[in-house]
Amino acid sequence: MKEKEEYIEDLKEIKEMMNRSSKFISLSGLSGISAGVIALIAAWFAHSLMYAPSSMEYTVQRGDEGITFKLLVLASTTIIAAVLAGVFFTKRKARKMNQPLWDAQTKLLLINLAIPLVTGGLVSILLLQQGLLGLLAPLTLIFYGLALVNASKYTFKEVGTLGMVEIVLGLVAMLFIGYGLFFWAFGFGILHIVYGIIMQLKYGS
Amino acid sequence: MKAFKDLNKAFENRMRLGIMSALMVNEFLDFNMLKNLLKATDGNLASHLKALEKAAYITFEKKFIDRKPNTKYFATPSGKSAFKKHIKAIESLLK
Repeated sequence: MKEKEEYIEDLKEIKEMMNRSSKFISLSGLSGISAGVIALIAAWFAHSLMYAPSSMEYTVQRGDEGITFKLLVLASTTIIAAVLAGVFFTKRKARKMNQPLWDAQTKLLLINLAIPLVTGGLVSILLLQQGLLGLLAPLTLIFYGLALVNASKYTFKEVGTLGMVEIVLGLVAMLFIGYGLFFWAFGFGILHIVYGIIMQLKYGS
Repeated sequence: MKAFKDLNKAFENRMRLGIMSALMVNEFLDFNMLKNLLKATDGNLASHLKALEKAAYITFEKKFIDRKPNTKYFATPSGKSAFKKHIKAIESLLK
């Protein structure tokens, strides 16, 4: 017969093994913070592209070719920078935790994240071509939120909560077309930073 | 103390406990995945897998991928219910 403490340890071990074997737990809070900071910088650039200096008014005309191209470049740069930073911090955490980075859980997580995300990306490009800039921010928030909720089964449950908040934010942003960039900066910038800090405190780096 | 009776000897060992926990939440895991998860040696893992197999708590499927043998392990329905019972017994013991 084992001691009581041993059974407490057993339960801990069971829980830990269930999590470790089925979920991607190397996701670092720092990748959330870095993505948030990058998003805020991108929002600032987008703001100076789309709005007249020190004014809240839109200066973009439908189908303005120049700005469409600039926004596309800005968006791609932002995504690449955020992903690179995310991979960097996650790799570091995986190494620290002595976990393989590329395993069955990572694949499941990425596939489930990618389906709504790539769909949203393609929708955004189509909207951008039509010059429908006003819908960009709400829809990117909604698709990103859906992607997070979808992927959350394979990682921390907090990712799902963040996703729900992004979806609601995107829907609210639909009601305030023209202020999309502020919602976007809040959703991708501030919320990521808040999420990253919470995760960092809760699960460590 | 009914709980004592429900404690399963087959799951007393940490390695077996780990194997069952992992197989409860995954459809299947192959030998190398289990080895990585449990940080076990081949021989040690194999002997514990054999013990669980003997109790009919797990089953396996052997295949060849690129001429290399690949064994997938599954928890059987009886293994799953036995493991659940074991967890319940621990929990009521700790109450």
